Amino acid sequence: MSTTHLALRCDNLHRYLGEGEGRVHVLRGVSFEAHKGRVTAIVGPSGCGKSTLLYLLGLLDQPEEGSIWIRDRLMSNSGDLDRTAARCEHIGFVFQFHFLMQEFTALENVMMPMRRLGRLGETEMAARARALLQDVGLGDKTHRLATQLSGGEQQRVAIARALANQPAIILADEPTGNLDQKNSAMVFDLLTRLAKENGQAVVLVTHNPDIANRCDEIRPMRDGEFVR
Amino acid sequence: MSTTLRIALRFLTAKKRAMLMSLAGIVFGVGFFVVTQAQTSGFEQFFIRTILGTNGAIQIRDKIQDTMGSMAAAGHGPNAPRAEISVRSEGTRKYIEGVENPDLVMEALRQFRNVSGASMVVRGSVVADSSFRNETAQAYGIKLDDHLAVSDMERQIVRGSLEEFRAAHAGAVVGTVLAERLAIDIGDTIILRAGDQQRRYRVTAMYETGVRDIDQVRIYLHLGEARSLLKKVTGASFIQVNLFDKDRAPQDARLMEQVFRHGVASWQEREKTWLEVFRALRFSSAITVSTIILISGLGMFNTLAMIVMEKTKEIAILRSMGYTREDISRIFLWQGALVLMAGSVLGWILGAAVTYGVERLPIRIRGIFSTDHFMVDWSPWHYVAATVTATVVVMFASLVPARRAARLEPGDIIRGTAQ
Repeated sequence: MSTTHLALRCDNLHRYLGEGEGRVHVLRGVSFEAHKGRVTAIVGPSGCGKSTLLYLLGLLDQPEEGSIWIRDRLMSNSGDLDRTAARCEHIGFVFQFHFLMQEFTALENVMMPMRRLGRLGETEMAARARALLQDVGLGDKTHRLATQLSGGEQQRVAIARALANQPAIILADEPTGNLDQKNSAMVFDLLTRLAKENGQAVVLVTHNPDIANRCDEIRPMRDGEFVR
Repeated sequence: MSTTLRIALRFLTAKKRAMLMSLAGIVFGVGFFVVTQAQTSGFEQFFIRTILGTNGAIQIRDKIQDTMGSMAAAGHGPNAPRAEISVRSEGTRKYIEGVENPDLVMEALRQFRNVSGASMVVRGSVVADSSFRNETAQAYGIKLDDHLAVSDMERQIVRGSLEEFRAAHAGAVVGTVLAERLAIDIGDTIILRAGDQQRRYRVTAMYETGVRDIDQVRIYLHLGEARSLLKKVTGASFIQVNLFDKDRAPQDARLMEQVFRHGVASWQEREKTWLEVFRALRFSSAITVSTIILISGLGMFNTLAMIVMEKTKEIAILRSMGYTREDISRIFLWQGALVLMAGSVLGWILGAAVTYGVERLPIRIRGIFSTDHFMVDWSPWHYVAATVTATVVVMFASLVPARRAARLEPGDIIRGTAQ
C-alpha cells in the first residue's frame, strides 16, 4: 500500500511500566501501520500491551525507544505542546468508559474538541455537532445531559466526539467493552461506517472476537509483541 | 466566552455548596475588611481634622540660638599665618522662648506657596475666677480673622457667637469643659489674673474641639488684651500656620526651620504618638479581618483540590482531545477567579452597606476628638486593599490545585481507569 494512504506508523516501540523491581517490559519492539479507510483490530490477552500501544500511538504516552509517525510526521520525540496539538487535529479517541463530561449536554460534549481546534465559528460548530449526533442516531437527544443518556447512547456520543475534528486516525480502546451485544454491534457498525465514509484509519483494541473478525485486519499480540 | 471559562463555570456549579461556602468567606472577608478600614481610617481622619482645626498644620515656636564651635589652625614655623574657623553646631542647639519678630516671620510666610494662612498667638498661664470657683487656664491672644484662617474655630463654637467676640473688646471665648467647671454661661463675667495683672472679661462664645486637654484650659482673647494681661508687649509665643496641602507639612516645616531659624513642628511630628496608635489599629484590624479571607482561601483550596481529584477522568479526556496543560490549569484558575470576582463585588456591596449603617450608629466620644456617631472614611483604597488581599489568598488557593491538574498524565489516568 502506498505511503499516501498511511495515516500512522510506528517502528520498534519499547515501553516499560512500573518502577524498580516491579518494572515490566510491556512493549518489546513493536512496529505497526494503520491505513486510511481501514479498520485494524489489535487483539490479545489482558496485559499483553494492547492498550499501552494504543496510548503511545495516540501520543498520550511516550516510548522509551522507537518512533511514531502521524501522517508522515515524526512525533515520538516531540514536546508536549506538539503532541497535544497533533492529538487535537489528527486523532480521535473512543474509550471503554465513554468519558463524557457529565455537566455538559451531548451537543456540548461533541463541540468540545472543535472549540479547542478553533477552526469553526459557534454556529458552524453547533451545526456539525448536530449532524454528527444525527449520524449516530441521537439527533433528538442533543440537549440531554450526559447523565440523562443510556450507556450505549453515551458511547455513541463519544464516537461523534471522536469524529468531531475529522481526524485522520480513530483510536478506540475496547469501545464495546462496556456494552451489551446489541449495543456493541450498533456502536461498532457506526464507528466503522463513519470512519470508512470519511477515509479515516481506525485502530481498535478489543477482546471481542466477533468484533475483531469484522475488521479489515487483525493483529494479535502476546507478551508485548505482535505474533502475526 | 472561552472554552476554559465555560468548563470552569460548569465545574463550579457542580460543587455549588462547597463553592458557596468559599464565596461566603470571601464576601464576609472583603466586606469586613472594608468596614474595619473605613472605621479606623474614619476616626484617624477625624482626629487629623480635629488637630488641624485646633493647632494648625504647622507651629513656628521658639527661636533657635546657634551655638558656635571654633577651632584654631596654624601653619608650621613662627611666622606662619593662624586662622580660626567658627561652625554652627547642631548637636548643642538651644532655643529662646517665642518668636521675636512675628510680623517679619508672617511677612516671610507669604512667600511659601503652600501656606494658606498664618496667625500669631500670644500665650500665657492665667488664673480664671468666676463667682463659683477659680481654675488655672491658658490665655491665647489672637487676631480673630487670622486665627479663623488657620483653625476650625468657627465650626467649633457651640454657644454664643464669634461676632459678639469680635465686637467686644474685652470678650473671651471659653472652652466648654472649663466653662462647666467655672459654672459660667454666655454673658457671664470672668476675671483673669496673671502676675500682678487682673482684668475682667465677658464670655461671648463657647467652643468645643472635643480635645479635653484644650477644652478645659484654653481661653481665647483679643491679641491686644492678651498682651496687656500677660505683659508681652512684643513678640509671639508661636505662629500657627495653615497649608493648602497638609501632607506636605514635614517638608515645609524643615524649610521654614532653615529659613527662620526657629523651631518648627509639623502636625505629623506633634501628634506622632496618636498617629502611630491609629496606624497600628488600622494594620491590626486589617490583619485580623484578613484571617477570614485566609480561612475562606483554605476552604477554596480544599474544594478545588477535591474537584481536581474528582475530575481526573475529565482532565484526561480533555488532554486527549488536545487541551494543553495550560488550558487545564486555566480551568481551575478561572474557578478561583470567578469566586474571587463574585466575592469581591458582593463583599464591596456588603462593606458599603455596613459602613453606611455604622456611620449612623450613635456613639459619644470626647477626649481626643468630639463626635456623637461613628466616623467612617469612604476611601476607594479600602476596597482596592480588600480585593488585593482576597486576590493574593484566592490565587494561592487556586494555583496549587491548578498546577496539580495540569501535571496529570492522561495516559496514566486512562490506563488506571481501564484496569
